[in-house]
Amino acid sequence: MKYLTEYRDGPKARALAEAIRRETTRPWAIMEVCGGQTHSIIRNGIDQILPEEIELIHGPGCPVCVTPLETIDKALAIAALPNVTFCSFGDMLRVPGSSHDLFTAKSRGADVRIVYSPLDAVRIAEREPERQVVFFAIGFETTAPANAMAAKLAKARNLPNFSLLVSHVLVPPAIDAIMQSPDNRVQAFLAAGHVCSVMGYWQYPPLAERHHVPIVVTGFEPLDLLRGILRAVRQLERGEAKVENAYERVVTFEGSRPAQEVIAEVFTTTDRSWRGIGTIPQSGWRLSDEYAAFDAERRFPVGDIATCESTLCRSGEVLQGAIKPHECPAFGKECTPRTPLGATMVSSEGACAAYYNYGRHETVKLQV
Amino acid sequence: MTGRNDSEGDRFPSTGVQCPLPLRDYPQIVLGHGGGGQLSDELVRHLFLPSFANDALQELGDASVVALGEQRIAFCTDSFVVQPRFFPGGNIGELAVNGTVNDLAMVGAEPKWLSAAFILEEGFSMDELARIVAAMADATARAGVDIVTGDTKVVPRGQGDGCYINTSGIGVVPKGIVLCPSRVQVGDAILLSGTIADHGMAIMSVREGLGFESEIASDTAALHELVATMLGVCPEIRAMRDPTRGGVAAALHEVAQAAQVGIEIDDAAVPIAPATASACEILGIDPLAVANEGKLIAFVPDEAASEVLEAMRAHPLGHNAARIGKVVADHRGMVVAKTAIGATRVITTQIGEALPRIC
Repeated sequence: MKYLTEYRDGPKARALAEAIRRETTRPWAIMEVCGGQTHSIIRNGIDQILPEEIELIHGPGCPVCVTPLETIDKALAIAALPNVTFCSFGDMLRVPGSSHDLFTAKSRGADVRIVYSPLDAVRIAEREPERQVVFFAIGFETTAPANAMAAKLAKARNLPNFSLLVSHVLVPPAIDAIMQSPDNRVQAFLAAGHVCSVMGYWQYPPLAERHHVPIVVTGFEPLDLLRGILRAVRQLERGEAKVENAYERVVTFEGSRPAQEVIAEVFTTTDRSWRGIGTIPQSGWRLSDEYAAFDAERRFPVGDIATCESTLCRSGEVLQGAIKPHECPAFGKECTPRTPLGATMVSSEGACAAYYNYGRHETVKLQV
Repeated sequence: MTGRNDSEGDRFPSTGVQCPLPLRDYPQIVLGHGGGGQLSDELVRHLFLPSFANDALQELGDASVVALGEQRIAFCTDSFVVQPRFFPGGNIGELAVNGTVNDLAMVGAEPKWLSAAFILEEGFSMDELARIVAAMADATARAGVDIVTGDTKVVPRGQGDGCYINTSGIGVVPKGIVLCPSRVQVGDAILLSGTIADHGMAIMSVREGLGFESEIASDTAALHELVATMLGVCPEIRAMRDPTRGGVAAALHEVAQAAQVGIEIDDAAVPIAPATASACEILGIDPLAVANEGKLIAFVPDEAASEVLEAMRAHPLGHNAARIGKVVADHRGMVVAKTAIGATRVITTQIGEALPRIC
């Protein structure tokens, strides 16, 4: 497959791992921000071929994982209303709310539909004008342009029966929050390539400077990740703290102007609560006042929701890199993808699910 | 917490029968219970198996083998609810015949007789039914089996989804042939008859209107002649599986568990068509977990593997056959893949099916 298989080449990957080994003189902790990168690292076993001095800390960049419990409960409340068709990406259906998940809501009769694009939800609203169609608009900067387009289209077509339940989150404020945490161990970041393909990386130099931390824009295939790690290690060894782009074939400094324009039109920055982490100031997007009519939280009565989080789940610490998934006492016991206590065990991008699905719990067991 | 509570659901309310632990989590059936993954397995092991307990059922094979005097008979059943009913490369009728023929073939049986039962929704198009039936007739003719009994029920409009088909099959197992996961041994080679994930991705691409540039066609096919060819070369083949729901991952996992052996596969050796691989990439789906309807996995004594592989490749349904791995003494009960960069990962089974039904 063009642009994929050539970035999975075994000998080249091992040569890069060797280069990293040659340049590493002491332990370094590097955080990959994006859940897609976590998934690729574990699936391909990239951490297994790195020198043991290099620790990869799995970051909070899984949108499913950090969507606040309150928003999941709102989704469940809206989906259960009569005459509502609730559209979502498949990953969100198994994320536990306070009492159940969207799959269970569906089995109880709610009209919950998996869509692959927010524009599919707009089409459903056009096709079924008698139903209230709600799209669960979550994600980082990556999914924002498509979600913004859906809102724009619904406005242009004057669709009174379409709305969005928005819970967008942003990478730069999360990096800032991690670096400000007193327990922080992260010494360098691999910035998320997909997010940067939309936003560019002009937001990062002030962060790198303020926290004196190297930030390397990195892709998702094994060779991409290894190149990103190599460049981060090089900077760390030299005491540098620059922003570099190791994903040149996709990312430019400016990013996509048209995408950023549509985002600026439809969304506005807001404080956002991150599941397991807490509120990070100015770390999310909500619909702008101009699009308030399409806000599902205003359209449906979901103001007062009392949430109840599992007391066993330590996903917050996992998302901040304080513990590895299998170090949580509930991992693989009370909490499995089959019975997830936290969202990190659900999403294919969640660190706990990645560890579980690729058998890290088994590997750990085998070594005992 | 996620709504699980030890004090609730101890018993099925209607029968007073003790409700086994995993089933307590779900007071209602969810789609995943039909997905062929862990939830399906729980339903079988904790409800059906204890309720219907007998030796033949205990094997949990694609088909059961029962003795009738000297003769060994293979018997199996399968229901087909696929949407859309017509898709690139096949349709529900063809699937209903080939699926049951393949279940018989996986225990080495020569398929003989099939039943066909239709559950139709009031208002269903007579023309479409005729096209489905014609496809079934063609498929039985190609496979050399007869549909010898059947049934039709019609449910009121809105209470079905057009057309559901159940087929059962009976076949005869030749003397000396015993295909059973418990016979799999350390050192055996694992052969796969061709490219994976074509059926599942074909269904998804049309059902979700994903509009991929190149069309992916289902691989639906009757495999019993390929099986006969392979057994002709090596009657000592230990076991076969057709990796339908849950894909190659689930099939390998079942065998690793049943035989209590370790399974090691090489990611790069597993054949996959470029268009299918792209579709899986775009959707973030692991092709190893995607359904196939015309492929088989065979566990073969290592010394016979090359000869069997050659025979497979000479057969029209085995052109792309490959040796994908081996049975090992390490990590018993587990399936491990060697990744392209030389690391390893454990392959687990899916929980349920995140996607709607595909077979």
